[in-house]
Order: sequence, then structure tokens, then C-alpha cells
Amino acid sequence: MSVNNGFIEKYLRTDKLPHIWCPGCGNGIVINSLIRAIDNVELEQEKTVVISGIGCSGRASGYLKFCAFQPVHGRVLAYATGIKLYNPELNVICIMGDGDCASIGGNHLIHAARRNIGVTAVVLNNNNYGMTGGQYSPTTPKKSMTRTSPFGHIEPPFDICDLALTSGATYVARSHTYKPRILTKYFQKALTHKGFALVEAMCDCPTLYGRLNKKGSGKEMLIKQKDRAVQLEKAKKMTPEELEDKFTVGEFANKVKPEYTEQYERIIEQVRTEDS
Amino acid sequence: MSDYFEVRLSGSGGQGMMLAGTFLAEAAGIYEDKYIVLCKSYGPEARGGACRSEVIISSDPIVYPEVQKPDLVLAMTQEACNKYHKDLKPGGIMIIDPEHVKNIPDTDIEVYEVPLTGIARDTVGNEITANVVALGALAAIVDWVSPEALKNAILDRTPKGTEELNKEAFDRGYNYIVEKDVQKSRTVV
Amino acid sequence: MVKGRVAVLTGNDAIAEGAIVAGMRFFAGYPITPASEISHYCAEKLPKYGGKFIQMEDEIGSMAAIIGASMAGGKSMTSTSGPGFSLMQENLGFAIMAEVPCVVVDVMRFGPSQGVATVPAQADVMQARWGTHGDHPSITLALSTVKEAFELTVRAFNLAEKYRTPVILLSDATLSQMSEKVEIPDPDTLEIIDRKRATIDPAQFQPYEDDGSGICPFASYGNGYIWYTTGIVHDETGFPATSDPDKLTIQIDRLYDKINDNLEDIVQVEEYLIEDAEIVVVAYGSVARAAFAAADAARSDGIKVGVIKPITIWPFPEDAIKRVRERAKTVLVCEMNHGQLYWTVKEIVEGKAEMAFLGQYNGKLIKPDKILAVIKEVTAGVS
Repeated sequence: MSVNNGFIEKYLRTDKLPHIWCPGCGNGIVINSLIRAIDNVELEQEKTVVISGIGCSGRASGYLKFCAFQPVHGRVLAYATGIKLYNPELNVICIMGDGDCASIGGNHLIHAARRNIGVTAVVLNNNNYGMTGGQYSPTTPKKSMTRTSPFGHIEPPFDICDLALTSGATYVARSHTYKPRILTKYFQKALTHKGFALVEAMCDCPTLYGRLNKKGSGKEMLIKQKDRAVQLEKAKKMTPEELEDKFTVGEFANKVKPEYTEQYERIIEQVRTEDS
Repeated sequence: MSDYFEVRLSGSGGQGMMLAGTFLAEAAGIYEDKYIVLCKSYGPEARGGACRSEVIISSDPIVYPEVQKPDLVLAMTQEACNKYHKDLKPGGIMIIDPEHVKNIPDTDIEVYEVPLTGIARDTVGNEITANVVALGALAAIVDWVSPEALKNAILDRTPKGTEELNKEAFDRGYNYIVEKDVQKSRTVV
Repeated sequence: MVKGRVAVLTGNDAIAEGAIVAGMRFFAGYPITPASEISHYCAEKLPKYGGKFIQMEDEIGSMAAIIGASMAGGKSMTSTSGPGFSLMQENLGFAIMAEVPCVVVDVMRFGPSQGVATVPAQADVMQARWGTHGDHPSITLALSTVKEAFELTVRAFNLAEKYRTPVILLSDATLSQMSEKVEIPDPDTLEIIDRKRATIDPAQFQPYEDDGSGICPFASYGNGYIWYTTGIVHDETGFPATSDPDKLTIQIDRLYDKINDNLEDIVQVEEYLIEDAEIVVVAYGSVARAAFAAADAARSDGIKVGVIKPITIWPFPEDAIKRVRERAKTVLVCEMNHGQLYWTVKEIVEGKAEMAFLGQYNGKLIKPDKILAVIKEVTAGVS
């Protein structure tokens, strides 16, 4: 889509640009893919709430022309649960970083997934806390250098898609910033999915994680993503050793299960029928 | 403050003391338009352990909400009797079930011995109604709550199909006092 | 039980019933003694009114969910006790900052940490004032009867809606489980306030533009308005304004001013026999009941005792204390804690009367006799 037909002005608060993201950061690519998906599935901006957490990715909601807000760190899915349950007519999109989603917000993630409440979770995973200066996050690979693992990281990482899947999410997919069109495709499916949908976008932080681990420039890191990404089916045949420093991509779940707010609406109908 | 009554219903978990308190409070509060306070206390030992409910009934607004010197204590266990008879007002009333309470305190109180559990089990046919038998007896002993109000309050909360059972339990307790003209075993120090 | 307009309700049930009458249609909570019955009541009753109940994964989530529901336009509430109230402080700050109406009930238990869940205390009074970090105002009401539990819950929603702020209700373990008779008023006779809604052209809408009243009109999600807000200090646009020192001050002032400029409307206090009182007892919540009984008993012994019962603990009814501080010989603060509101009262008395304190922290309500004994001690000391 061309940039000259009002697309940018329609969806972005141009007065808030340029954004704060560093050169080579993957966040812009993910948000670009997300906006295109929103446009393709024609969500009404007045009926769409975008909530983002704290951290670099948390700035996204401020650049987007939607009903949007940025609450405290880690709680976006709990806020989203209140919004969606109170008014299921609203589309609710939660933009989170890896720390926001899987560390401080981990409890909200597993329970939102378990309930299968119809909100869309967008996770920008750059393997570290960027905004606060490059500390290790729950997705930082073992042995990595970060500001809080100066001798190499000793904790194993979470696989956020696995976590969501195991918790009950009914749409789960992962891609990366080298493949923005695939991201858009997954976002479209997530946005139109009935139930809890999570799309994890692997994106780079060349300024901190990349620099601390000598991963090269943003461009080099982006190109390397292509090599690190392994299709789901292919990954099944690979050994853990072969999968080291790689990540699986694809759709991990696309299931039909009762959505939370629909079930609650049925409770209301049932109670009111019994009463009348 | 002659129009101010404090009641403590005490026993062990499962004897229906909490529900009896609710019946009494709703009888006075809803059917007799009195002010009431109902406090229930049960420890972690809710089933089988000591528990009590307390009711204050007054025609004026109730300022302090806790029972301090009860006018009447219902004791369904020896433990409850031992623990609570001391709090009774001088000349206060204690209703005990002789099946469970063997030692009657030797103080300035009026004691009514009513075989509550026995009546519930043998006459009414369901031991669980002992609390309603007790309320029937209570209604016959005191004049600050009417048997009609109590019966209404009980029936409001009675599960469908057990109305007759509860009515009978109440009447048996009431009649035990009225018809047999129970001699209160009054002990004066 | 509700029978017609007369009900015998526990303190917890009366809060839930009051909330529903006030128009609350969203409740999120997490199980905790002695507040759980509020959840039970809402879980059962809300669907009948088309309202929603959810048990969240924790109290952090509960607080977040009620803020979210309020942003979507609903009147919302959560309830908890000390440990959960501590967890709610984080998101409570967001509700204050983003000016989102909601009601938070803290049924006070005893002690720090888990403390004792089943016995009463009044030790969260300062937490209700300053629990969340940073400068902020607080509207906090203390409940002392089941009737108040109903009426003040309605009022809490009115204040929350009118001033676009969270309102805290402090109950205690005794009141929560205790039943009293309540006359349920005809809803048509009750004043029910709804937040001022934005009516301006959405293109012109600024979420924090003062319309002159100090309170900004609210645009619920889904009603045609596209707006942004954040827990970061923001200006009238809702966007961060963190680099301009003046704007930082303006935002904090605005939060305070909307409360402080309306004290006459917000502050609520009950005064009893204070006209000629030589000893003024300051007591709130359940303790106020013992104070009233003690005052009656003292009067019949010829001691001139009056009672000031703050209903809004925050903002504290300063003027009520100022009116008596020169006339009274002694101001006696009674509370179920180690001394919290005592210091607030002492500061307002400014040495113009003697101060006395009865703090009881043993899990029991303070009895009227105990207050009376202190009154007699004080009298003996004074004469």
C-alpha cells in the first residue's frame, strides 16, 4: 500500500513521530504489520482499544490512533479482560514486550489464555529489557550477556508461544521482523479469531542485546533472523542441539473453543430467562 | 432499657446455631419491626467445633453491636454452657439440652431443661431440627419475640418440602414448655 | 434476606446491594476473608441486571479489570482485605492518575501480612491515604453500621463518578459478618450520580481538558471518541508531559484541587453531643458505636462527653476538630490500631486541647466500658 493515500494519517498520530525506537529496532516493523492487518480486516478505530505495557514496545499505543492507553507494567491483559468482559463489542489489542508479557505479566497471560477471552495479544520479543538498559528477560537465551547477567545468563528461557498454548490460548503464532507480510497474515487471523489469540513477533534490539552479545548491526541481525527461524514442521525433526539459537515459526494453534465473554452473555440470558 | 434483649445461641458446628440466629434476627427485624444485630462467630473448626450466633433485639436503634450481658443463652453443649453461663445477666435465662449438658451451673440464673435433641429425633423424626425445637421453646419462654414472627421467619428460609417438618419441630418445642408447664430448675446462690 | 423494602443483611451483603443500586455493573475480585461474601453476592446478582462478575487471578488483576471496565463506561467495584489491598495499590495509582471512577472496598483485618483474617482492626487507615506511591489525594469512607454499608456504598459511587476518582470504602471484619436491619430505599428516591460524559465533537475532544468545573468530561470507549491516556504524568491531551516542570506541577495540583475545592460536598462527619463537651471522643467505623454508647454512659455520670465520627476519613474533617479544639479540654482518639488517625487529629488540635489516645489492637472491638474508663481517667486527671 502506498504511503500517499492517507493510510499513515489514518492510523498514526503523526504529531507524535518520530518514534523513540532506535535505528535497527524491530518494533516499527511489527507495528507496521499490525496496522496493515487492522486495515485489512477493517476494524473500526472507535471500537478498537489498544493497550500497551511498559518498555520500548509500550510506546506503541501512543503512536496509534485508537482508543488507547498505557497502564502500569505487566497488567495490560488484566485491563483488557475488564474492557472486553464489560463491552464485548470492543476489539481489544494488547501490545507487550517479552518482559511485560511473560515476567511481571506472566500470571495475567496464562489466565487470559486459560479463559480464552477474545482479546489479541501482540508480543514483541527482543530477548531483553531495552528501555531500562538491557537486563535479562524471561526469554533471554542461556549464556547471553546482559547488564544483569554480566558473566553469562544461567536461566533457561520461556517459550512464550508454548506458554500461551499450554495455558489454553486458541490462536497462537510466531514469526519475525524479516517476514512482515507473514506477521500481517498472522495478525489478521488473530484479530478475527474468536478467543484468546497471541502472536509473538521476534524482533531485534541491536542497541543493547545485540551489542552486548556482539550480534552485529541491526541490518545484520535482521538478516540473521531468516536463518534462525525454523518452520514448525521442520523443527519437530530437529534435535535440541540443532535448534540452539534458533526459534520455531508458524501457527501453533488455531482452534475453536467457547469464548469467555460469549459464555458469560449466555449466563446472563439464562438467568434473565429464569427470572422472567 | 427494658426493651433491649441480648441472646446467645451456642453449640457445636452442625447443630444449626447460625441458622437459628438468622431466624431469630429476621423474625424480630422483619416481622416485628424491631432493630436487630446478628453476629455469627465460628472459628476454623466450623464443622463440629464450638460456634455461636448472637442476636440483639431492641425497639431503639442499637448503638454498640456486640452482646455483652445476654438475657438468654441457649447452650447445646456442655462446653457452651460452661463458657457462657458466666456472661448471663443476673436472673438471666439459660435453655439447655440435658442430653448434652449434664452439669448445670450453680448461679443466679433460670435454667430450662428441654430435651431438644430428643424431641427432634424421636418425635419430629429428624435430629437436625433441634435448633427449630429450641426456637419453639424460646418463643414459649420469653415475651419479646412472638411465635408467629419466628414461624414466619423460619418458613421463609425452609427448603421446599420440609415446611411441615419445621412447623412440627417448632410446635413441639413450644408446646413442651406450655403444656408441660416445665418447672425451671432455678438455682440461687 | 430482602423482604420488600426491609432487609436483614450482613455488612458485606449491604455493600454489594448498595453497589448494585448505585448502578455498579462490573465486579472483579479475588477470594479473601473476610471480604469474600461481597464477591458471592455480586456473582449471583449481577447477571440478573446484565452486569458482569469475574474472579481474577489475583488482586492486581482485579483492580486492573475494574479500571478497564470503567474506561469502557461501566460503574465498577472490587473488594478485598489487607493483603489484597496491598496488591491493589499499584493499579489504584493508575486510576487516580488517569482519573477513572471506581470503588475499592477494604474489609480491614488485623495486623500486617496475613495478620488475622477473621478479626477486626482499623490499621489500613493510612494505607488508604498513602498506600499507592506518589503525591495523590484520597477519598476514603469508613463504615460503622450495615445501614451505612448500604448508603455509603451508594455515596462512594456518586463521589467516584462526580470527581472521576477511585473511592475507598473501609469496613472491618466484624461489620462484614454482622447483620442488621436495613430499609432499602426506593431507588427512585436515591440520588444516583453518573459521570459527566463528553458531548463535544470527537475531533475537538481533549481527554483532560477542564471544562471549568475542575472535572473533565469522560468519553467511554466505543462511543465515537478516540483518545489516549497513560499513567505517566500527562497534560490535557492525555499524552506524557514529563519534561515541562510547570506541567508536572499543574497535573498534580489538578488531582488535588478537584478534591480540595469541593470539601464541602465531599467531607462527611457525624457529631454527637459536642456543643458543651469537655471531652470530645474521635472515633470512626465500628469503634464509633462504642464511643456513642460511652458518651451516653458518661453523660449519665455527669461527664460532658461528645463524639466526632469522621465518615470521610479522607479528606479528614478538619473543620469539625477545629470547631471543638478550643472549647474541649481533651480530645480522645479511639481506634483499633497502634495509633494512626491519632496523629492526624493531634496535628489539627495544634496543642489547643489535651490529647488522649485509646488504641486497642487485640482483634476485639473496643467496648464502651473501656472508653468510659479512659474518659474517667482523663476527667480525674483534668480536675
